Amino acid sequence: MRRGLIGRILGAHPVGTAFVTPYVIFLAAVFAYPLGFAVYMSFHDYFFAAPGAVVERPFVGFANYVTVLSDPAVRRAFGNVLIFLVINVPLTVVLSLGLANALNAAIRWRTFFRVSYYVPYVTASVAVVGVWLFLFNSNGLVNSVLGPLAPDPSWLVNSGLAMPTVAIYVTWKQLGFFILLYLAALQNVSKDLYEAASMDGAGRWQSFLNVTVPGVRPATTLVVLVATVTGANLFTEPYLLTGGGGPDGASASPVLIMYQRGIEQGHPDVGAAIGVLLVIGVLLLALVERRFVGREES
Amino acid sequence: MKLKFVALLVGAFVFLFPFYYMLIGSLQAEPDPSVSGAFPKAGNLTFHNYAEINKSIHLGRSLINSGIFTGGVILGTLVFGVLAGYALARLQFRGRGVVFNLMLLIQVVPFQLLTIPLYVLIVRSYGLADSYLGMILPFLINSTAVFVFRQYFLQLPAELFDAARIDGASELSILWRVAVPLVRPALLTAVLLTFIGPWNEFLWPFLITKQQDLQPLAVSLSNYLTTVSARAANPFGAVLAGACVLAAPAVTLFIVFQRRFISTNLSSGVKG
Repeated sequence: MRRGLIGRILGAHPVGTAFVTPYVIFLAAVFAYPLGFAVYMSFHDYFFAAPGAVVERPFVGFANYVTVLSDPAVRRAFGNVLIFLVINVPLTVVLSLGLANALNAAIRWRTFFRVSYYVPYVTASVAVVGVWLFLFNSNGLVNSVLGPLAPDPSWLVNSGLAMPTVAIYVTWKQLGFFILLYLAALQNVSKDLYEAASMDGAGRWQSFLNVTVPGVRPATTLVVLVATVTGANLFTEPYLLTGGGGPDGASASPVLIMYQRGIEQGHPDVGAAIGVLLVIGVLLLALVERRFVGREES
Repeated sequence: MKLKFVALLVGAFVFLFPFYYMLIGSLQAEPDPSVSGAFPKAGNLTFHNYAEINKSIHLGRSLINSGIFTGGVILGTLVFGVLAGYALARLQFRGRGVVFNLMLLIQVVPFQLLTIPLYVLIVRSYGLADSYLGMILPFLINSTAVFVFRQYFLQLPAELFDAARIDGASELSILWRVAVPLVRPALLTAVLLTFIGPWNEFLWPFLITKQQDLQPLAVSLSNYLTTVSARAANPFGAVLAGACVLAAPAVTLFIVFQRRFISTNLSSGVKG
């Protein structure tokens, strides 16, 4: 290996710098710079102008944030995402851990089950949204099965049910990914602990609660975090399933409003402010969840 | 044990039924939302819906666009991602730690925050609206794949690299002749994982393509869903036919290579 001054300054393999340069440029151009630009935009009166045109974009302090926070549609969208998360996150954790646990024990048809759970995850949301529209239509299959129990107005046009239906759709769509995370985590739970538990006379349910659940806690932290971030990024489903966040904004998501204000209505500064607030919200929520879910680790 | 098996069966039904229904619905001449409509009936089956959706959105063209978008992302990730992953795993150079931490940091930046500034930059400043480059650019190198490449290159024995270096091989030829052939299965996994993202991506291509003949299938299908479908004779049949065409490549790849989606890389993510 080369030593000496050059080696100490550049490292043993200066060619590595050349290898990572395209990636670093990509990260700077697509993540770092736009990130700073988003914050900049949110504090300025930023509007679309012809390329190359010199226009003044004055600093406006928190004006865009005031606009955003005093907009009832935005407040509603943030409230909607909370409804979404309250349904989606616990359901995701319980169902994916339960199914992963059953799958881990099952010998028969294992591949078949794994494939069936993962298929919705690998399929484009736009594709499966078509089927869900068909299924949850007012005269769709779900309602014909339910008969007189069918809700009126129907699922996706009912202001109380639209967001829960979207939340259940997303849970269904993403569950396969979380099942895989839990399956991987279950491999790391020591078999000895189960043996010890059964020696102590623990039943199946007790050993699930006392061995499995604590054993996969790091994975649970990850699942909760990823599900929260996915939920905060919600766009395609309200845009397509409920015709742009209907009825009357009951299923609008912050990203949907960000798109409408920022691009459709031509206020990128307001859109950027919504984005910044959304990220701050997700970070706060993630901190709270970490406290709550990961508490026994510390 | 019995109970678990039944639970798994019920689960599998819930997960697979919409796909079955997608296929049945796409073949029905008359949509039948009643319970009996979930079973195929000889007289009611047709490929007409596929012709109908093809008339409205040119499936071939849209599929080619999806293919170019996805192919560009995969190519970028393979070429630049393998270089970066190799350098991060095997080369000592100034700034390696910084790049590695930057890569981890990037993973937590939500793409949605970047949507508006990226739109302004790519569409307004660079004038890349309605272009493949503009579509591909934000996804060009998949950071998760770079991380996976790095993990695989790290697992190779150091003696291999030392021997090649003593023989005087350049780093590029070591990477190409020694390292890449040894991790070829991992590369396939990374390609498959990278495939799903752009193939299914909706928001970004939706934002930057207004020209119909440049839109990937997910975008054309959603436009059909929101606008044109009201005028078609059997809009659901046509939508479901389009949905089948959009779903088929990803689902087929997944079923054929399902083992590769599952094994090592995800578990390394959990343990990491």
